[in-house]
Amino acid sequence: MKRLFPLLVVLCIAMFAYAPFLIVNAPYESTMGLVQKIFYFHVPAALTMFLSAFVASIAAAVFLFGRKPGADRIAVSAAELTVLFGLVVLITGPLWARKAWGVWWQWDARLTSTLVMWLVFQSYLLLRRYGGPGSDKLSAAVAVFGGALVPFVYWSVNMWRTVHPTTSVVPTLDASMRGPFYFCLLAFFLLYALLLAARTMLEAHRARLEALYLGLED
Amino acid sequence: MSFLRTVAVVMRKDLVVETRSMEVVYTSALFAVLCVLVFAFGFVQDGRADSAAAAAILWIAIAFAGTLALARVFDRERQNETLRAMLLAPVPRPALYVGKLAGVLTLLLVVEALVVPLVALWFQAALFRHAALMAGLILAGSTGYAAVGTLFAAMLARSRSRASLLPLLLYPITIPVIIAGVRGTAALLQPDADLPVARAWLMMLVSFDAVFITLSLWLFEPTMTE
Amino acid sequence: MASADFTSLTFRDVTRHFGRRRALHHVTFTCEAGEIVAVLGANGAGKSTLLSIAATLLTPSAGSVLYGAQSARDGGIALRGRIGVLGHDLYLYPELTAAENLAFFARLYGMANVEAVVSASLTRAALLECAGEPVSSFSRGMRQRLALERALLHSPRLLLLDEPFTGLDDTASGVLRERLLESKRSGAIVVVTTHDLESIEALVDTAFVLTAGRAEPLRAGPGSLRQRYRSHVVS
Repeated sequence: MKRLFPLLVVLCIAMFAYAPFLIVNAPYESTMGLVQKIFYFHVPAALTMFLSAFVASIAAAVFLFGRKPGADRIAVSAAELTVLFGLVVLITGPLWARKAWGVWWQWDARLTSTLVMWLVFQSYLLLRRYGGPGSDKLSAAVAVFGGALVPFVYWSVNMWRTVHPTTSVVPTLDASMRGPFYFCLLAFFLLYALLLAARTMLEAHRARLEALYLGLED
Repeated sequence: MSFLRTVAVVMRKDLVVETRSMEVVYTSALFAVLCVLVFAFGFVQDGRADSAAAAAILWIAIAFAGTLALARVFDRERQNETLRAMLLAPVPRPALYVGKLAGVLTLLLVVEALVVPLVALWFQAALFRHAALMAGLILAGSTGYAAVGTLFAAMLARSRSRASLLPLLLYPITIPVIIAGVRGTAALLQPDADLPVARAWLMMLVSFDAVFITLSLWLFEPTMTE
Repeated sequence: MASADFTSLTFRDVTRHFGRRRALHHVTFTCEAGEIVAVLGANGAGKSTLLSIAATLLTPSAGSVLYGAQSARDGGIALRGRIGVLGHDLYLYPELTAAENLAFFARLYGMANVEAVVSASLTRAALLECAGEPVSSFSRGMRQRLALERALLHSPRLLLLDEPFTGLDDTASGVLRERLLESKRSGAIVVVTTHDLESIEALVDTAFVLTAGRAEPLRAGPGSLRQRYRSHVVS
């Protein structure tokens, strides 16, 4: 793993460097025009964010019920990454919406659910930072709730309103667009895996440092 | 001691404490009325608000007043560390959670019994036209809100920054409750009420309650031991 | 219930920290049924943390606490029912009357004859006349007496007292000493933290001193408890 990590970092950088060429050469979508190309980053970022939220809640549940401190380190890293990738989604979304719908923000189902989930994990991080001692367990409960919340948010916001292009866009994509899309998706997932590993390792180092600090007076 | 007896003992204690001071009901009800008033300035035009605005105002008032009530109910348990004393008792801890939840929910329903007629009166909203469905929405919505709120308020009882953190944790997680409450109520308030839509929202609230009460029962024990 | 009973309390190499602050540091001791143990030490030395861990409200960061042969997790609910705690914050509802406070906890502890238990406790606390008054109108001493009876309601095997002499006048502290001796005779393990060394002088079987989270037994020898404590702190 340790030796593989730098190799994967190089691969990830190369993929992100190559992605713009693929995207530029992908066919021009006739109705949307140039802005459609945001799709190649926007959708992978959104998928990564929901993957990360899922990872965070599972890890938090393992931490709470299995009392494994290692799971908490994964949970906190995944929660931070959820917020990070959520930011990418929430920035690229309006950029596209401005051109496609003529407004920066629409209270559409997916945008709103993304925003709600993003806020849930923001509150996780806030609680962790300002909650004082013992807040690791409390924030874990927030993450578990966050995981259970996804279907409810999705369902309720969906019933409330929908203007977003549906999920069926991806499978019906033109074959020549599908290639670059999956390439970008892979790049995002790789980036996510690397960031998660690095952040979890940092957290593990910090835990070891704390243990050393506490053992200092022995 | 059986689970249900513990629930009853804890709930009864909370209600006796409240009848002595009436502090929670009084302050949260007044706060709810103030919320209604403040939002009325934003929504009422030419002396009338549309039916959707009345629904929104009602649920915002419930949510805000609920936060106030939750914070105060758990402040009481913290004052003399009685929450610790209850945790020490040889009873299943989830029963303590359900007891506190039942107490909070009762107080919330009392507040709503005052606020709902007030909104009906001030906004000429037909809240009592389909009284059973409306009562169902209020009951299911308040249960979900109080279920999440009781867990977080209990967890935050020993945290320093609980006053600011409680709404920050509670609001994002209860957004489905607010959406369902507002939309379900608005469906009932329309000139010709859309009953199937209101029923669909009620179903969603009931399933939210089921999932989040179950989760809270699981999470209460591990989050209450440090 | 019987299976959860125990006759000794053992701290084995218990460490507890909050973040980087260390509250307890490799604390090891054992006390047996029928013993009164005093935990001495300055403010912030870790006395309350020690009591919270013994009460199962806190879990140690390292080391283990055993009640007889079982841990708090093995003992579960039944074990909690054998522990009585008089905390610094008294665990009473100010809005409720003395009788209601006791009755609430008696019900929570699943006692059968709540009314008899409550009136017996009120008699012992010498609060029978003001049983119907809210605790908020009580003086500190009255609350302290009531809180002690609340902790003793279910005749616990392990009694944990945090500064029980605070706010008590001479008569009341005499009554408290008598109550502690009674518990001792009935086979309870009594752990007391206090600054009031004179009050417990005659009661204590063993004592140890907490200094910055470390526990050391107070040396036996001549002189009063305070003199021994002084010389311990100095050395």
